[in-house]
Amino acid sequence: MAAVMAPLIETRGLTLHYGGLKAVDGVDFTLEAGEIHALIGPNGAGKTSFVSLLSGRRLPQSGRILLAGEDITRLPAQLRVRKGIAYTFQITSIFPRLSVFDNVALAVQAQGTRDLENRTRAALARVGLDGLEEQEAGTLSYGHQRLLELAMGLALKPRLLILDEPTQGLAASEIEGFKALVRSLVPETTVLLIEHNMEVVMDLASRITVLTFGRVLASGTPAAIRANPAVQEAYLGA
Amino acid sequence: MRRNGLRVWALHLALLAVLASAQFWLSPYLATNLARIMVLAVFAMGYNLAFGYTGLLSLGHALLLAAGMYAAGLPALLWGWSAGPAFIAGLAGGGLVAAVLGLLALRTAGVSFMIVTLMFAQAGFLTLLYFAPVTRGNDGFAVAAASRSFLGFDLSTDTPRFLAAFAIFATGLLVSLALMRSPFGRTMIAMRENEERSRMLGYNPFTVKLAALTLSGLYAGAAGAAYALLFGYVGASFATIQYSILPMLYVLMGGAGTTLGPFLGALLMFALVEAATGLTTAHQFIIGAALVALVLFAPKGILGTVRERWAKWLP
Amino acid sequence: MAFGPFLLLALMEGLVTAAVLALAAAGLSLVFGVMRVVNVAHGEFYMLGAVLAWAVTGMIPGPAALTFLAALIIAPVLVAALAAVADGLILKRLNYDPEATIVATIGLLYILQQAALSLYGPNANPVPAPFEWRIQLPWFGYSGYKLFVVLAALAVLLALWTFLSRTRAGLIMRATQVDRMTAQAFGINVDRVYMGTFALGAGLAALAGVLVVPIQQAQYLMGHDPLLLSFIVVIIGGLGSLRGTLVAAVVIGLSDGVISMFFSPTLAKILATLLVAMVLVLRPQGLFGARA
Repeated sequence: MAAVMAPLIETRGLTLHYGGLKAVDGVDFTLEAGEIHALIGPNGAGKTSFVSLLSGRRLPQSGRILLAGEDITRLPAQLRVRKGIAYTFQITSIFPRLSVFDNVALAVQAQGTRDLENRTRAALARVGLDGLEEQEAGTLSYGHQRLLELAMGLALKPRLLILDEPTQGLAASEIEGFKALVRSLVPETTVLLIEHNMEVVMDLASRITVLTFGRVLASGTPAAIRANPAVQEAYLGA
Repeated sequence: MRRNGLRVWALHLALLAVLASAQFWLSPYLATNLARIMVLAVFAMGYNLAFGYTGLLSLGHALLLAAGMYAAGLPALLWGWSAGPAFIAGLAGGGLVAAVLGLLALRTAGVSFMIVTLMFAQAGFLTLLYFAPVTRGNDGFAVAAASRSFLGFDLSTDTPRFLAAFAIFATGLLVSLALMRSPFGRTMIAMRENEERSRMLGYNPFTVKLAALTLSGLYAGAAGAAYALLFGYVGASFATIQYSILPMLYVLMGGAGTTLGPFLGALLMFALVEAATGLTTAHQFIIGAALVALVLFAPKGILGTVRERWAKWLP
Repeated sequence: MAFGPFLLLALMEGLVTAAVLALAAAGLSLVFGVMRVVNVAHGEFYMLGAVLAWAVTGMIPGPAALTFLAALIIAPVLVAALAAVADGLILKRLNYDPEATIVATIGLLYILQQAALSLYGPNANPVPAPFEWRIQLPWFGYSGYKLFVVLAALAVLLALWTFLSRTRAGLIMRATQVDRMTAQAFGINVDRVYMGTFALGAGLAALAGVLVVPIQQAQYLMGHDPLLLSFIVVIIGGLGSLRGTLVAAVVIGLSDGVISMFFSPTLAKILATLLVAMVLVLRPQGLFGARA
């Protein structure tokens, strides 16, 4: 059966310009359900722009995006969230003046208000923020804010969770916890990860796609990517 | 938000109990003023739902107040409707006009939203003047005694008027408290705090803000209708920019985004103007100075500051 | 009167409205363009100009032309000074936050209006025109002073344009408009630029008020309509564009004159306010920028 099932995400010729600059330039990309897929590339390669197109924060000039075979290219962002695409922001975007509980409750109640309190507490417990419910989110440490961002993403019960540089600014000990958490998500949730920390990428990802100048340079298993001379030249070797 | 339930409800019910009893220990003059304050506070509570909680800084709420006032007053004038149906019409009028205003104005945000709401309200005011043969323009009209009766009570007499104002105020206050303790209240606040993040949680900001503005319009409509029926006068002056500024002033003073702030602000401003009447006739000056002082020195208002410093549990 | 002359009269009246409006709107546009401040008290500066013109012409003895000339200089300077004080005391402390400054200038509007009411009184008072001269057209006579208003407004706008495009101070102002941070980094005293801009904007409104007072009389509530019409002109004309402001003022002034004369002034204002609201609604990313 798996062979006839459409991939979770498929893009064809996806293109996004800012003025004259092609941030995403004709990207064909496939994301299979249940994998942890890492998106890597030098700064300015178009990674964040690309996932912005997937999440609907931006609309492309041309190309198509399919979610499990359904065309979602023009669908507004909030409807994509409801279809199961969750995005966690690169620059932490929480509700700083609301409590930790309210932040996550906002994500939970978007899925329905039954048993809101328990579901919210469970989502917080999953990332280890239980006990901090009453704290104002803006006063959390940076690492905890990243975890809160993650909890909000998870609380949406997404089919696809897009993580934009989740380990940036985390301490080494926090990164270990984070990796375990992400591993525990698959295969129910598919994870697309933008990440600069190669150790995390090689540890977690089952497949890797390398972007440079808005184009796909290579795509494959960690071993294949590591062995790819073009990738080594463009990125890894640097 | 759900926590501290007992304390929060007790506080609100205690305030309502004090207000309900006020007619027994206030002079008829003061009781009538309190009735007026409660009606204006309903208007301000509606403004607070849009501005204080959802972050929609409107300069056009006079339009919604007038919508309620005329939707209640004109049928009373033209067809002799009684207070009950007229009030319902006013409520619906406020909500309907707010919804239409929202459909247009919510395509904008921030400063644009302020100007657009200001312009639509001004157009509404001028329209009232333009159709003066029907609306009686600036002169306005008195609501006939026959239309000011509800279930046999004469709303132009002290006790029924006070009780009617109190009932509307109490309903408004409890509904807004319940709303703020509900998931939808949390969603409204999310729009104020971080609209883009809310969108990425699956909310459609436009619909949420439209719902909030419509709710706000229901409050304004109720206040306008109540004013017409309880105090017996309908006039275009209630559609002027002044009546868009007043609820903003009340809310800023009492504390934007607090359930009790609108009432506190209305009460204090009323008392301030009343107290100053002996000294000066410069009412406008008091309003202006209060606005400037609040923006400069206490942007969170009284209860907003109290909440920040001492009582985080205040809703 | 036949239709033709009637239309001509309407257009001439409209042109006078347009001239006064262009001055007031240029001030509003300048303040919004450079400082990003929507000055709701702008109409009160216009009113103060008119009221001060009444005060100055009443206090100074001499022929009407001379006292009016004095008013034309003194009133805008006084109003500009007042605006500079308001900027320092209020707007600067709010860090020019767009929404907070709107609320503050609403407060300022009430304060100024009350001051005028308390000190000047509720009555409308006339100021004699500096010269009595009528142009006799075949169909009707027309006030020469009104034509002077049009020419004076044009001259002031031309001077303003020269100031902005040809002088160092104008360049500094435009640089601050484009990018406050960079201007600061280049050693421009942004605080002083803002104060100067706010004063200049208020002075332009006051000048319009002085010019209008021989036609319209000075009254403490007279700032309301010009404020609204200036908003309309600025929004239709596009921001920071003096030419756009001028064109929009002419369009709004003429159509106001024509609709007012043939239909009703109220209808003209309803249509203008709805037009401006719809312009903003249909171009949400337009003039004021989407903040959210």
